[in-house]
Amino acid sequence: MIYLRLAWKNIWRNKRRSFITIASILFAVFFAVFMRSMQLGMYAKMINSVVGSYYGYIQIHSKGYWEEQSLDNTFERSINLEKEIKSTKEVVSCVPRLEGFALLSFDEQVRGVSLTGIDPNEENNFSSLKNKIIKGNYLIQEDKGVLIGEGIAEQLKLKCGDSIALISQGYHAVSAGGKYTIKGIVKLNSSRMNNSTIFMTLGSLQEFYGTGNRISALAINLKEGSNAANVMAAINPKLNVQEYEIMDWTEMLPELVQIIKADSSGGEIMVFILYMVISFGIFGTILMMIAERRYEFGILLSIGMSRLRIITVVLLESIMIALLGVGGGILFSRPFLYYFNANPITLTGKAADTLRKFGFEPEMPTLLDFSIPLTHGSAVMMISLCLSLYSVFSILKLKPLEASKR
Amino acid sequence: MSLIQVTNVHRVYNETDIPVSALKGVNLSIKEGEFTAIVGPSGSGKTTLLNIIGGLDSATDGSLEVAEKNITHLGTNELIDFRLNNIGFVFQAYNLIPVLTAKENVEFIMLLQGWEKNKREQRAMQLLEEVGLKEKVNSKPAQLSGGQQQRVAVARALASHPKFVLADEPTANLDSASTNNLLDIMVELNQREQITFVFSTHDQRVIDRARRVITLEDGQIKSDIHK
Repeated sequence: MIYLRLAWKNIWRNKRRSFITIASILFAVFFAVFMRSMQLGMYAKMINSVVGSYYGYIQIHSKGYWEEQSLDNTFERSINLEKEIKSTKEVVSCVPRLEGFALLSFDEQVRGVSLTGIDPNEENNFSSLKNKIIKGNYLIQEDKGVLIGEGIAEQLKLKCGDSIALISQGYHAVSAGGKYTIKGIVKLNSSRMNNSTIFMTLGSLQEFYGTGNRISALAINLKEGSNAANVMAAINPKLNVQEYEIMDWTEMLPELVQIIKADSSGGEIMVFILYMVISFGIFGTILMMIAERRYEFGILLSIGMSRLRIITVVLLESIMIALLGVGGGILFSRPFLYYFNANPITLTGKAADTLRKFGFEPEMPTLLDFSIPLTHGSAVMMISLCLSLYSVFSILKLKPLEASKR
Repeated sequence: MSLIQVTNVHRVYNETDIPVSALKGVNLSIKEGEFTAIVGPSGSGKTTLLNIIGGLDSATDGSLEVAEKNITHLGTNELIDFRLNNIGFVFQAYNLIPVLTAKENVEFIMLLQGWEKNKREQRAMQLLEEVGLKEKVNSKPAQLSGGQQQRVAVARALASHPKFVLADEPTANLDSASTNNLLDIMVELNQREQITFVFSTHDQRVIDRARRVITLEDGQIKSDIHK
């Protein structure tokens, strides 16, 4: 206890120096935490806007479908399987989808589009598709109409009520064709999807392709913060592995993982630079402290205080200073994190356009995950402790007689 | 029976470069309860002798026994332990721990020795009372005068019941009144409790009060007078 008290009192012997050191640690932690929270928050938003609002964190397909996305690789829809998946812990929703391609013809214009058959109610619960309607109405359960992406509507000058013709090759190479009325226009997050996607009811698309009750995927969304790998492990025993494949979003969207990884490296480099700067600051303080107190250490050795005890006090001082800085930094950052989580920074101009092009919302909310301050706080603590080893070595080398000469 | 036995001690600095002999075969025996001043001009070797007796420096040749224990070849950590349990130090610049109060400074040595809290506090209070600082127990060194700080240093040196107290120029930074006051305290402790004091000093007032005066010159004992 006396060592704790002694260390605490020693910290305040040179108030200005201690304040400067604590402040430098505090701001380093603050900037590291704020920067990473914003970066990881942006990734979470990106993942949510692409994964959470369309792909789902997990998908189940017929075995081999992802390699060869053909209607021939679809599977018979099973309500029981869907029920079982929905009953799995952490699963929020599970929706059936049938996906394929077709040529869209309107007036004299023809273009390729992607068709997605959905269960309107379940899909709305899953991806809030209804909220993305900008013109017209959402689909009802037995609807024969279609919803088209805003980009298609603009490019082909389509409006609600117009009829479009769709031509394709159906299940087992049968001819597929049909005429559909545009019931609504949707604005999707991803510009790629916006320019190519047409939604219709699952029944309509199954009829169009002649697939019967077949679907191409079950898309699954999870509770916030759930671990997809754990949920996959829980679902796996419910699946016939010879028949189905189960994938998480990182397998389905490796390009998104790559974008995040590449961008994240930049952030990590910045944090590393920040750590380097703070390391020099802390090391400078330790050097000054050792030089200033060399005489005192010499006297303490002379009167019989062991090196181990002196080292204990000095290490306690370093730990206390680091704790004050780290704790202060974490506390100081929290209100900012909460504020920018509720009021994300919205990007404008080219940066916003680029993100939108990739289907991401141009917003940078902070992530409130406490593992971020914990990680960076621990890193700064470790740096402080490692640098304190210099004082340990200095004390070990100290000769009482030489040190106690002014 | 000698408390401190110095036998043919030599101390040579810069042995490989230009050797400087600080002590040249010093022989000395100090008995328990002595009040000894080691005097001599600057460079005579008195601080070197005191450092060797205190286990802060080692002899190049010769041997040193304290309380019948030969400490000549003890390692650094053993010497730290030895100093803690056997020697009380009083330095010219007081060298109290600035962030601790007078009482805490006195308690500190006992804490290092593992004394119980109650006994530490009791002993610290008793010693501070003996050196006339009962009213200043909660004052920090910066709030005390030089003389008061040195009296705390004496109390600290005595706290662990050392076999002897080494004082290196203890009065060098003190005015006359403080010097006399400090000497009165040390003489009384010496006479009443038979505590052994060994000083290195230039101060005539200390020399006048010492009962034995050893004069060093060029690293050798020139005279050794018992009063």
